[in-house]
Amino acid sequence: MLLELKNIKKYFPARKDFFGGTKEYVRAVDRVDLQLRAGENLSIVGESGCGKTTLARLIVKLYPADSGEIIFEGQDITRFSFAQMKPFRSRVQMVFQDPYSSLDPRFTIFSVFQEAMHLEQGRYPSVDEQKKRMEELLEAVQLPADILGRYPHEFSGGERQRIAIARALIMNPQLLILDEAVSSLDVLVQEQIIQLLLDLQKRYQLTYLFISHNLRVVRRISARVAVMYKGKIVELAATGKVFKNPQHPYTKELLAAALDYRPVKRTTEIVLGENSQLVDTGGGHFVIQ
Amino acid sequence: MTNKKSLSQLQIAWQNFKKNRTAMVCVFILGIFYGSALFADFLSPYSYDNEDRNYSYCPPMKVHWVDAAGRFTGPQVYGMTLKFDEYHKRIFVEDNSQRFPVRLFVQGDPYKFLGFIPSRTHLFGVLGEGRLHLLGADTRGRDLLSRILYGGRISLSIGLIGVFISFSLGLLVGGVAGYYGGKIDNFLMRFCEVFMMVPGFYLMLALRSAVPDNFNSLQIYLAVVVILSFIGWAGLARIIRGMSISLKEREYVLAAKVMGLSDFTIIRKHILPHTLSYSIVAIMLSIPGYILGEAALSLIGLGIQDPTASWGNLLSEAMGIVPIHFAPWILLPGVFIFLTVICFNVIGDTLRDCLDPTLKTEGNH
Ligand SMILES: Nc1ncnc2c1ncn2[C@@H]1O[C@H](COP(=O)(O)OP(=O)(O)O)[C@@H](O)[C@H]1O
Ligand SMILES: [Mg+2]
Repeated sequence: MLLELKNIKKYFPARKDFFGGTKEYVRAVDRVDLQLRAGENLSIVGESGCGKTTLARLIVKLYPADSGEIIFEGQDITRFSFAQMKPFRSRVQMVFQDPYSSLDPRFTIFSVFQEAMHLEQGRYPSVDEQKKRMEELLEAVQLPADILGRYPHEFSGGERQRIAIARALIMNPQLLILDEAVSSLDVLVQEQIIQLLLDLQKRYQLTYLFISHNLRVVRRISARVAVMYKGKIVELAATGKVFKNPQHPYTKELLAAALDYRPVKRTTEIVLGENSQLVDTGGGHFVIQ
Repeated sequence: MTNKKSLSQLQIAWQNFKKNRTAMVCVFILGIFYGSALFADFLSPYSYDNEDRNYSYCPPMKVHWVDAAGRFTGPQVYGMTLKFDEYHKRIFVEDNSQRFPVRLFVQGDPYKFLGFIPSRTHLFGVLGEGRLHLLGADTRGRDLLSRILYGGRISLSIGLIGVFISFSLGLLVGGVAGYYGGKIDNFLMRFCEVFMMVPGFYLMLALRSAVPDNFNSLQIYLAVVVILSFIGWAGLARIIRGMSISLKEREYVLAAKVMGLSDFTIIRKHILPHTLSYSIVAIMLSIPGYILGEAALSLIGLGIQDPTASWGNLLSEAMGIVPIHFAPWILLPGVFIFLTVICFNVIGDTLRDCLDPTLKTEGNH
């Protein structure tokens, strides 16, 4: 198992009372269990605000988890310090949603890549070697090699996202977390980037944790999908099964919305029980109960 | 993809800035001021403390190029004799029997060029027994032009050093507070507020009273710089903190964290530089505050002490109505303060206009 999340939890303080104590919490991620095999391609799907981004950030330790365990290649990294995390940082990388803010506008593409290379001391000792690796990566994301001297504002959204993907690949990660990586692109560019991601996965034996609010995109890319709702995973199964035979009412809603190209329509509020758990309903089709 | 050279956003802003005539004139004026302050000892005909009581309040002298018969003589100044008019008022009258040639590169008061090369050569000066006061002299017969040049060293550098100290403090404290948030933020901001609560002028006086009386002029200079820096930094820290809070949510900061860059590197490379557009403008607009602050302290006698010259303490001689009435040229240092302040303000405003469009493309949405 490459990555295992056990009972992971993250609540954010939402309101303070008069004395500055916390009164209410947002249950951004509420006791989530998830397992990811090496080479797998798993999607997390759910409406905006359901906790997908928080879950992704917990895995790369941008936030500390309130409770639970994050196990990477058999090692519990939940409470690792900054220094202890060092070997793991290169193994897990992330691509962000907004191509316009994921590259520092002050740096050329060369400097962006070089920053990542400097973190792996000694691996690329000369500028020539750095250049060689950069060109190889640009070729992999299908960008011309002569763009290294340019600044981010000279690129389109799709091109920037390719650059962000290349930057994430510099450290040779095993797991790539893509948080709404194609969501802000228009449909044609989206399709190109998805195709690129599929190619890259084969080429570099990557494992993807692909996050999206859009089931149609998820169907294009992932073999397995986890449906998230209010901080919990409510359904988890092979993508085909979820599309053919959705079990949870929220999944049905999401599916109807995706196929009709309309926003999620809520008829009755879906309530999740306090101690509900994912249960296998047969053939690896997990539903919360 | 074109072949033209890629420009960073600062370079683009600079190109826009260069198109603004007024601002470029101001840059030029400040360039001259700072240049002449740097070479003050060479450019000025006298040292700042060279005095001749016979020339007390001598008015600006005329340079004569021809003699009474109209023959070309080269630049000359005449001797000045003190007379009293019918109201017993002191007046200086030119005595054209005494003529002193004005020459380039004359030998005069010794100084150290750039602080280490001993020299006696001055750009220009008068030969023989004469004295040269192109902008007049002060009450002790010291050359005002020389004192303004020397004074520029102090007044102009106080702005730069003061801004350097207060901005280093403000950027560091603001950046750290905003980036870490929580308890660190709380503590640092309460600390800033202590400084912000006291009105600047009173804080200045209070701090000044803590400085021992027996300081020499260099020590007083440093004390004044530190005092002035203590006033400006807190407000800046609060603004930088606000920017840093929003900047740390930018995805390139998160990406840098995920890659494992240290907090310090992230603040230095990816947070503080993005406050630069704001900071440059704020720096330009706050330098005048230091120059005026020094002037205010010196004017009331708490700043730079005579015989050392600063524009502030040169002006302090013009505190009474009588000297202003009889020797209006002693107000000239005020013109220099005024010009400097105006120039910094114009440059700051123009920079703000030029930097704003690039702020918009930084992905604020
Ligand atoms: N840093 C934070 N502080 C407080 N609340 C947060 C924070 N980050 C996310 N939240 C809240 O947690 C919930 C889940 O957010 P998020 O993980 O961003 O959802 P998603 O990525 O699925 O849209 C939302 O209600 C959001 O308002
Ligand atoms: Mg999100």
